[in-house]
Parts: sequence; structure tokens; C-alpha cells
Amino acid sequence: MTKIDTSRPEQILPTPSHTVGPFYGYALPFPGGPDIAPVGHPDTVTLQGYVYDGEGNALPDAFLELWGPDPEGNLPQVDGSIRRDPATGGYLGRNGVEFTGWGRVQTDANGHWYARTLRPGARGDSAPCLSVCVFARGLLVHLFTRIYFPSDEAALAADPLLARLPQERRDTLIARPQADGTYRFDVRLQGEGETVFLEFT
Amino acid sequence: MPLTQHDIDTEIAAEHAAYEKRVAGGAPVEHHPRRDYAPYRSSTLRHPKQPPIAIDVSKDPELVELASPAFGERDITDIDNDLTRQHTGEPIGERITVSGRLLDRAGRPLRGQLIEIWQANSAGRYAHQREQHDAPLDPNFTGVGRVLTDNQGGYRFTTIQPGPYPWRNHVNAWRPAHIHFSMFGSAFTQRLVTQMYFPSDPLFPYDPIIQSVTDDAARQRLVATYDHSLSVPEFSMGYHWDIVLDGPQATWIEEGR
Ligand SMILES: [Fe+3]
Repeated sequence: MTKIDTSRPEQILPTPSHTVGPFYGYALPFPGGPDIAPVGHPDTVTLQGYVYDGEGNALPDAFLELWGPDPEGNLPQVDGSIRRDPATGGYLGRNGVEFTGWGRVQTDANGHWYARTLRPGARGDSAPCLSVCVFARGLLVHLFTRIYFPSDEAALAADPLLARLPQERRDTLIARPQADGTYRFDVRLQGEGETVFLEFT
Repeated sequence: MPLTQHDIDTEIAAEHAAYEKRVAGGAPVEHHPRRDYAPYRSSTLRHPKQPPIAIDVSKDPELVELASPAFGERDITDIDNDLTRQHTGEPIGERITVSGRLLDRAGRPLRGQLIEIWQANSAGRYAHQREQHDAPLDPNFTGVGRVLTDNQGGYRFTTIQPGPYPWRNHVNAWRPAHIHFSMFGSAFTQRLVTQMYFPSDPLFPYDPIIQSVTDDAARQRLVATYDHSLSVPEFSMGYHWDIVLDGPQATWIEEGR
């Protein structure tokens, strides 16, 4: 039955998840998807990394979505991440001025991804972090994780999620600063150093 | 030894039996696939072995995952939901209308949300460079659409009936015809990517992807219903498919938010 009877909410059951498959690449990614930060914004951070499978091979057919607050900790309710051109049917891209907080980036042929966004501010009880949703061929249900930043040890120590994790698992959620000023965050889907993935209840 | 359909059928049956046994033993109904569903071979090295860490969203209403990105009129064009009008000529194939509502677990409409779709053409070929199936491309069909849900959570696409296509999971593996769907809700926890199927497809029993949903009732929720009232006279066949997003939302939503 795929006509849902909304008069009986207790019988409303969710639509199952399915893999994104191998051929989303001409449909979901869009130009400027990873360039979330407004152009020239002083709080811009650059993130980069790889997505690895259980044998340590990088995935050329995964994508990530990043979602996070502005540096004051406010979650934007601004559209325009995927601005379309009504004249040509193509993409205009972001306007480079407004911060939507959300971006989408596919891994390249080497399994590498990057994103430029604004350093998130703290919200609620959590240390500043970005929400990450991982999709790939072979992944029947997407995976949620988070990217934390290493600067503020006190905030990290007080974070309710990080506090529950043993040291080596906790470290999978904290981006590592690189000599070039970027932050490295790898996603390991399986095996040694497996990234901590989250479930919301 | 190449993997045969018989091998996969055996594994699908074993997974199904194991699920039925778990439920009979009191385990909860599983609405979603398990990520380690072996008959779908690509899952083997791509599923976590550690259990996910549960976050109780009721403990902190400020969680970043309890909000969702916003999409608006700027993010779509007027004809993005009509996949038959994106080129100068008419695509080949049966025109179809696919319509339904985007709902949350309480049955409330999710308004102004982005739905993205992509699909193969009528010959079963994607307009993707790495696609290896040598069925013809259609210069008048790309197979990508977008829409924002209306005030009742409703959506509508005009497209072409996609064809089934072979893939390399095992020898003679064929995917039942489907349309890929991507949805956002009012919370990022509700994010969903899935596939919509067509009624009575003879390939259902052979396909490890649809069979990865081991619960029979849940699997049915991936199949659209033929709806004669949606069929457009002299134009298209109509299918109805309602989508229900899982995942907790903030419980403190106030009027006007
Ligand atoms: Fe497909």
C-alpha cells in the first residue's frame, strides 16, 4: 500500500531506505556544492579527506552532505544552496554572499573530498560540530557522523557524545589540523579505525 | 566460480528466513535494510561493524541534526519536475505521472521540502559516463528532476517509464524498473534516499536490492500504486507513491516555526 491513510497515525510506517547506487553523479552533485562558506569570509575552514572501505581502498563513488551552524551557533534557514538558472535550466551556483549551512560533495576518482564552510559555533550541550551524512554505492542506509574541531579541549571534554566514547573511537570524530591550514577528516566505513556513526532516537 | 542467480536466491531466502525467525522470537520489525546484506555484494566492505552510537534527541533540543537545510524557489526551475520537457525533442517511451505526499511518522505533511529524482531512460540506460549497459541513450532524456513539496506535502513528476537494466552483482542480474528518490524533511535526522518501484514487476524476487528490505510489508511500501485518476487523458499513466520519513524530530516545535 503506497497510499498512506493519515487518519490512523499509529499505522503510519516509514518508507525503507535504499542505496543511492552508482549513477547519482549526474543528478545530485551540483557546482559549488562543497563551497558553503561565503566568499572571503574570515571564519572559513577548509576540510578534506578520503572515504575508505574495509580494505582501506578509497571510494570513488561516495558523497557527503555537511550541515552546520554559523560561527555564532545559529542554524541558517536560508535557501539557495542549489540555485538554478530559470533561463537555461542550468545551475547558477551559490551567490557567494549568503550562508546556507549545507553542502554536498562527491568523492573524486581518488576517493578524495573537500569542503569549505564556516567554523561552526557551539549549540546546546554540544561542542562545535558539523553534521555529516555519508552516501555510497553499496551502502543500503546512509550513515550519520560528526566533525568536531580540535581547538577547544574544554568544550570537547564536555561534549555528551564524545564523553561516551573510548579515546581511539573519539578521535575518529575530530578533524586533524594540517600544515597547510586545512583540516583532515577521513571516513572509514569498516574495520580498523572505523568512524563512529550515529543513530538518532 | 561466477556467482549465479541461484546462489543469490539461496542467500536471499536465508536472510528472509533469519529475519522471520528474529521477529517470531520477539525482535522488532525492521523497516530498513541491514547495511550488511550479503546478497548485495557491494555492501560487503562498505558497512560498519561497530554498532551505531545512539543519541537521544529529547535530551538536547539544540542538536544540529534536529534542524534541516532550507530549499526554496531559487533551487528549482518551473520545469524541473517535468523530465519530458528538458530537451528540444520528445523522449522515447511511455509517459508517466508520479505523484504523492511527503509525510512524517505522525502523518503530517512536510511542506516546502526538496525531492530530487534520477532514473534510467526507457531502454534501461542512465545518462552517466560510467554506465556500461549498451542500451541506447536518448538525446531527449536525461532523467533528472526536482520539486518542492506543496502545502499539503504533495509532489508531482512527469517522466518516462524507466526500463529494467542489467548490473554486475552476479550473472544475469537485472534491476527491476525504479526511480531513485532523495528527500529532506524538517530535521536532518529524517534524510532519506530510496527507490520507487512499479507494481507487479516480475524481477522483484531476483533483485537483492529490493530484497534487502526483508520485511514483506516494508518492501511493499517501496512499490507505487497504479492510480487511474492520476492518468492524464491522451498523455500519461498515473502512479501514486506516498513517502514517510523516519527519524525523530524536535518535539518542541512551536506554532509558526
Ligand atoms: Fe538505478
